[in-house]
Amino acid sequence: MTDLPAQKVDLKSILSTPARVDNSEGMSYLQSVPRRIVTLYIPLTIIVVILLFPFYWMGLTAIKPDEQLLDLDKYNPFWTWNPTFKHIHKLLFESYYPHWLWNTMYVAVGATVLSIIASVLAAYAIVRLRYKGANLVGGLIFLAYLVPPSILFIPLATVVFQYGLFDSPLALILTYPTILIPFSTWLLMGYFKTIPFELEECALIDGASRWQILIKIVLPLAIPGLISAFIFCFTLCWNEFIYALTFLQSTPNKTVPVAIVNEFVDGDIYRWGSLMAGALCGSLPLVILYAFFVEHYVSAMTGAVKE
Amino acid sequence: MADIALAPRRAKTEIREATAWEQLRHNRNWLGFWFMLPAMAFLIFFLAYPLGLGIWLSFTDTRIGRVGHFIGTENYEWLWDDAIFWLSVFNTLIYTFIASAIKFAVGLYLALLLNERMPFKALLRAAVLIPFIVPTVLSALAFWWIFDSQFSIISWSLKHLGLITQNINFLGDTTWARICVIFANIWRGVPFVAITLLAGLQTVQPSLYEAATLDGASRWQMFRFITYPLLTPIIAVVMTFSVLFTFTDFQLIWAMTRGGPVNATHLMATLSYQRAIIAGQLGEGAAISSAMIPFLLAAIMVSWFGLQRRKWQQGESND
Repeated sequence: MTDLPAQKVDLKSILSTPARVDNSEGMSYLQSVPRRIVTLYIPLTIIVVILLFPFYWMGLTAIKPDEQLLDLDKYNPFWTWNPTFKHIHKLLFESYYPHWLWNTMYVAVGATVLSIIASVLAAYAIVRLRYKGANLVGGLIFLAYLVPPSILFIPLATVVFQYGLFDSPLALILTYPTILIPFSTWLLMGYFKTIPFELEECALIDGASRWQILIKIVLPLAIPGLISAFIFCFTLCWNEFIYALTFLQSTPNKTVPVAIVNEFVDGDIYRWGSLMAGALCGSLPLVILYAFFVEHYVSAMTGAVKE
Repeated sequence: MADIALAPRRAKTEIREATAWEQLRHNRNWLGFWFMLPAMAFLIFFLAYPLGLGIWLSFTDTRIGRVGHFIGTENYEWLWDDAIFWLSVFNTLIYTFIASAIKFAVGLYLALLLNERMPFKALLRAAVLIPFIVPTVLSALAFWWIFDSQFSIISWSLKHLGLITQNINFLGDTTWARICVIFANIWRGVPFVAITLLAGLQTVQPSLYEAATLDGASRWQMFRFITYPLLTPIIAVVMTFSVLFTFTDFQLIWAMTRGGPVNATHLMATLSYQRAIIAGQLGEGAAISSAMIPFLLAAIMVSWFGLQRRKWQQGESND
């Protein structure tokens, strides 16, 4: 008996606000707000906070003065007072850091451009020229994708040494494409498949060569795919560690990840402030790039897996 | 009639004249060869050749600065009796197994959460992927600092909550060190698993869930009998990648522990780096990394069957 009036009121309020009811699409009306808070928002918040906390910590440490870093009793470590740019200043003006950033950028752009050119040609040939054995080559390239750098770095070190490329950025520019080409070829094959055959047939009838078709018809249509491949390759290069650690030796030649691990450790005392500032500055370029191209990035990541 | 009889013959001779240069430019197979050349050159010189060379090196006693001689399986026999090598194999297996299992569970859960309708969904999805974007070494350094023996923020928080009285020696204790590196690996791997599975989830048709709801299915049943079966192919691929890259992980360990304490976190990749590059025993290091190949082949077989099944499910021909 007590339930009845409550139901009536509910019905009235629903009827009086029809627009709100219309907004709930699909089956979401089956879920109540408290239930959603417990099953959705709380777990999601916990996971996202854990995923993002290390970056907060990195950023906080980078701008914290030293005495606050080392005195946990006097200052609450979760916040900072009187933030300082001393660590970042030291990093940028008293170390090789700009050099390292420039090296990383140079190597990443070089290797990415080389790999994209090679993979555009390869992907087009596999998908559209369909020469004898194209499928087999496609399969082999997928297998190459699965060969990890950690079983290649020892023999590659001897190869690099033989060619006289040791301690030169060229060694990285030439070896990174082995990681990038399989991935981007596979990704671009997916994009090329979606371009209608008829366009190419028309061009062939009009007397275009295969090269003209690729440059003037296929590539302009595959620009989203190219951007995805470019960004993803760039990120992979920036991220690469084991080849850079093995092939580079002199301090000014190193890339950011290797240099930070090797150069910022002063005997027993770790320079935490500069270390974190270095890690932060090394991540920022990628995060900024990522912020502009999230969708391309996601499609690159999922596209390569889906194919 | 005479014209028709003559025309093909004339055409034939023309084709024959054009062969040498024209065929190289227009024949489909030759064109394919030219287009493949740059990619193949890279992959053969810097991937296939080193792969073979690595296996060859593992049968020699090469050191840095000295050409090696063939010594048969001596490196492998040596490793067979090497306790540290077996410890590294054990660590690698544990590391791969635990990290992949948890990455899969948390990744799938996160994907299911992100698949719900909610405000700021795009923003959340972008934020979740950030650990994957940032270079592993740099985030490993952040973890190194978070797990510091003296100034760890975790120890500090637990102490202020009154749960512990002394700092936990995260990276100095063998068990804790293993837990920490596995945690860092999971932290880095979850976004990849979650975002790729989310892409798979978005292709599942909502009408299936509506039909199941009408039939009175519970949320668990909907997951078990609709979501999971439709997601299996993509799960197979994602997990193969995840297992492969966890198994051959190097940079996370190198930045956080360098294999210590007492080799408790040495993986096969870090051990081979230490033996080959730091100690200079290229042959022995190559033997350790070659020993990873059988495991990798097993993972690739799983991936292959996963892909086959996917094509079959989509009703595509195997092209």
